[in-house]
Parts: sequence; structure tokens; C-alpha cells
Amino acid sequence: MSREAADRGRTGPPVIEPGHTYASVTDKISSIVLARRTPLFWILGFFLSFLVVMALLAAISWLLARGLGIWGINQPVEWAFDIINFVWWIGIGHAGTLISAILLLMRQEWRTSINRFAEAMTLFAVACAGLFPLLHLGRPWLAYWLIPYPNTMALWPQWRSPLVWDVFAISTYGIVSFLFWFVGLIPDLATLRDRARRKGFQILYGMLAMGWRGSALHWHRYDMAYLLLAGLATPLVISVHTVVSFDFAVSIIPGWHSTIFPPYFVAGAIYAGFAMVLLLAIPLRVVYGLEDFITLRHLQNMAKILLATGLIVGYGYVMEVFMAWYSANPYEEFMIANRMRGPYAPIYWSLMLCNIVAPQSLWFRRVRSSPPALFGIAIIVSIGMWLERFMIVVTSLHRDFLPSSWGMYSPTIWEWTTFIGTIGLFLALMFLFIRFLPMISIFEMRTLVPAAGPLAKQPVPDESVAGEAT
Amino acid sequence: MSSHAVPGRPSIWGLLAEFERPENLVAAAARAREAGYRKMDAYTPFPIHGLSEALGFRPTKLPFVVLAGGLIGGVTALGMMWYSATIHYPLNVAGRPLASWPMFIPITFELTVLFAALSAVFGMLGMNGLPMPYHPVFNAPRFALASRDRFFLCIEGRDTLFDMETTRAFLSGLGAREVVEVEE
Repeated sequence: MSREAADRGRTGPPVIEPGHTYASVTDKISSIVLARRTPLFWILGFFLSFLVVMALLAAISWLLARGLGIWGINQPVEWAFDIINFVWWIGIGHAGTLISAILLLMRQEWRTSINRFAEAMTLFAVACAGLFPLLHLGRPWLAYWLIPYPNTMALWPQWRSPLVWDVFAISTYGIVSFLFWFVGLIPDLATLRDRARRKGFQILYGMLAMGWRGSALHWHRYDMAYLLLAGLATPLVISVHTVVSFDFAVSIIPGWHSTIFPPYFVAGAIYAGFAMVLLLAIPLRVVYGLEDFITLRHLQNMAKILLATGLIVGYGYVMEVFMAWYSANPYEEFMIANRMRGPYAPIYWSLMLCNIVAPQSLWFRRVRSSPPALFGIAIIVSIGMWLERFMIVVTSLHRDFLPSSWGMYSPTIWEWTTFIGTIGLFLALMFLFIRFLPMISIFEMRTLVPAAGPLAKQPVPDESVAGEAT
Repeated sequence: MSSHAVPGRPSIWGLLAEFERPENLVAAAARAREAGYRKMDAYTPFPIHGLSEALGFRPTKLPFVVLAGGLIGGVTALGMMWYSATIHYPLNVAGRPLASWPMFIPITFELTVLFAALSAVFGMLGMNGLPMPYHPVFNAPRFALASRDRFFLCIEGRDTLFDMETTRAFLSGLGAREVVEVEE
């Protein structure tokens, strides 16, 4: 694998364009943040996404005023957009952790220029995801009942419920993602502190950098902390989507009660997440002129991951059909037949088109090297993954064991507003992030500069560190 | 350090040598250590391979802090669930065992990771003494470049071998671009 990667490195595009120095890397990335003039597209983009956030607030206010009845959920489909969007957003977040933690441990140094904004993407996606189960509680102001604390009701959470596991998994994931992101930011905040010209920003970045001075002794511990965080985040990210899939798999509903769910969900999460990273990276590198740092090599590698995880997801779809037949369980067989030919059949077939057929074009190098084509495929995959969640949630619930309790589900305008509103929230947060924080890790980019040579130390397990860790 | 105080002038915290390339800094650090200097630190814009060894730092104890944090998290989670399910609020669900530990594993795992991650971050910050609003080395005029493209080696005044003239000559002899006094 590494030899193959090295071979490709000789022939393919580089991870950083030649000619850069420590200073040029530092100046280029920090100038995006420290520039006095805010670019016009930023103002426009932020304004538009802010409008959508206002729509989200309106939808939430109306929900709190009137209750869950304004949504289309009812028996037998008691879960719909709230859980679909929750799973979709959480999945998107997973690519950020994969890039920052798993690729770090695997010494994939191309991750360096995309890890920072992918981590930010994770944080914001988790924030959007968290809204949905909270709102679905009906009385969100009692959400703290989910946390174990000594209370006068003498009640505890139900430890055997996957929904309670979810609370712990998602909060842990949110906190650890934030820690990982912030620890990575500390040296860059120090750079911004030292380079800011305006007093206010010097103080702001200075406080956030906490007095970081690049001491070798500090780097020594910093490397270890970063490495350990990566080692902790790796099993965590796998566990989070596994627990999310338990929300379904632990129940006995046909189409949910399946052992393939954990790996199938994790692969789907990474699939959706890399699509979102591509959706963000492709416009960002153009508008900020970052093609030197986010090169075609990055886009090609992400396209390959997209293809690989897409194939795993495709395997999941095939296995669902196979197991329905092989189990000889009439309810499972009916569930698949209903997905393929029932009232929601268009969802099923568009999902197959989006998630299995469209990504096959990534086998061709020409497609992998074309940013517009990748952007298009990433949009298709994002839609496909959303449809997949819709299929899993709605088609399994709406016709289960008793035909007398069958029903149909369709979302109301409030569900759509809430969903689109979270996309606006996500974009608004991303816009704020790229304006006020370095979207590419400056200190890690310095290690990619050719002059740094073999002395540059990526915080990856090297001999001395590995010896210590064991 | 107070021994270097000159009346009317701030006392000197150390001597700071600036290098343009990381390999020069590593070589200089190794030479300084050979010469017997112990109280020194380097300041660099990114982590540099071999620098901790050249400066003679011992392996960090951080992994033990993280291990302890993780263990505390796991034991806390499992203990809390076991206590509530068997002692404080036992609930008989169809005669199943009260201490149904396999169902407690996901939360135990999550809290283990959470506590370990918090110990890694706060352990690192705490051992590094951060946040630290003031540090003498920031007084050096060109020190802002330590977060951009320059590499610094500082021999501190509290080192037993420290002497303003000989240490300055020593650092200049290592190929430093410039050697400056750092005021306390």
C-alpha cells in the first residue's frame, strides 16, 4: 500500500506545489484570516445561509409552540425526518474524524491540507445532527433527563436502551472532535497572534493560543497528546455510527433487525462524509486560490475513498436483499419486495442509481482528475445517502407485521424547513470558520515544505514514540 | 538568574540564538548539550524530528495520565450502571439478570474514550504549563518568527554553566544568525 502510494507520488500530482517555503505557507494561509477586506462572495454566502438559519429558527419556534403535530410523523411512522437527518448529518461528520485520526495513524501525509476544515465540518455536522433528536423529544427543555444525575424523581436512564447509548456516543463524539480540532489549532492560533496587526485580533488569538510559544518540550508532549487523541478517536468514530445503527438493529422491525447494520452504517457514513469534504474542498480551493495546497492529488485520493466505501455500501444493499431471501422469513421478504415495488419504490431505485451506479464513473482517471465531475458526483452521493436513510427508516416502518396498521408518511413543510435550515446552519458556521480561523493546518503544512526534508516530524508513530507507547 | 541583574536594567532570563534551518538547530542543541548546558529549550514553528533527543528530554509521562484517565472513565461508567441497576433502582424486566453487563459495554466504552481524551488534552496543557499569559522569551524582538519560519535555541540564565560572555560566544560559534539577550 505504502509502496504503491509512493509510486503514485512519483507520477501523480504532488501534495504541495513546488516552490513553497515555511514563510510562504504561513503567510498564504494566515492572510486569508487576517485580510482586512472580507471577500464579496463571503458576505453573500454568509448572508444567504444566515437567512436559512432564520428559517430554521422559525421552524423550531413553531414546533415548540405547537408540538410535534406540525410534523408528518404518526403511527406507524413515528420516526422520520428527525432520525433520517440525524443519521445523515452524523455520517457526514465521520469523514472529518477519519481524515484527522485514521489517515494520521496510517501516515497518509496528504491528509494534512484537508484535515482542519474536515474537522470543522465534523463539529458543525454533529451540531446539526444533535438538533434533531432533541427536537423530536417533544419537550426539548427536559433533554437533561437523559443525563444520569442525582434527581428528586429517583430515576435513572435506561442503560439497556440504544437510544441512551446514543446520547453518550454522540456527546462523547462531539466533545472529542472539539478537543482534537482545538488542539490542532493551538500552534496556528499562536501564528495568528504573532502575525495579527490589529490589537483586538492580537488579544483574541493570543487568549485562544494560551501562550503557546513553540517550545521543543511542549512540542514533545503535544505530539504525544495528538497521537493519543488520534488513537482514541479512531475506535470512537467506528463506535459512534455502530451505536447509531443499534438504534435500528436492536429492534425487531423487518429491515432493521440485521447484523450487517454496524459496518454498513460506518461505511455509509464515511461515504457521505467524503462526498461532503469534496463539496467543500472543490469550491474553497478555487475561491481562495489554494490549488497549491489542495492539489489534484487530494481530490483523486478522496475520489478513490469514495469509490471504495461506495462499493462497501453497495455490498450492504446486496446483502440486505440476499438475507431477506436466505432467511426465508416472509416479513423480511415482503420488506424487500415492498421497497422495490411498493409506494416508495422510486426512492429505492433512485438511491441505487445515486449510490451504486453514479460512483462507478470514478474508476476512470479522467473523472477522478476533473473537479467539476467530482463535485457533481459528490452531490449525487450526498442525495443518495439521504435517500438511503429515508429508505431504511420509512419503508421499514410503514408496512410491518400487521397490514391493518400499515400507513404512509409524507413530510410537512415544517420538516423540510427544519432540514434545509440545518444545511443553512452548517454553511453559516463553515463561513464563520473560514473567515476567522485558518482552514488549513499551517504548522503541519510547514512540515510538507521540501526544505523541511526528513527532519519535519508529522505527529505519527515513529520509532521513539512507538517505543514509549508500548 | 538574579545574579545577572545589573542595577537599573532588567535581569537577563537567557540567551536566544536564531537559526534559519531546522538541521542547524538540532546540531546546535546537540553541541550545547555536549558542552554541558542543561537548562535550555528550543522554539520552532513545527515539531522537529530528533530535537527532543538532542536536548535530552526524557520520554513524556503523558501516556500514563491518559491510561489513568481512561481507566477512571471506564470504572466510573460501569460502576454507575451496576449500582443503579442492581442496588439503587433494581427493575425486574421479565426475569432477566439485573447486572446485564453486555448492555453496559457501549456506555462504558464511550466514557473510557471521553475521560482518556480529556486527560490527554488537559494533561498536555497542564504539563506544559499552559495557559501561560506571560513568558520572558516573548520579549525577544524577533521571537514572533518562531511561529513562522525561524528556529530558536535558548540557554537559560539558571543553567549552572551560564555566563553572559562565554555562552554568547559559544552560541555564535554554532552558526547562529543572531544571538540576543532575553530580558526577564
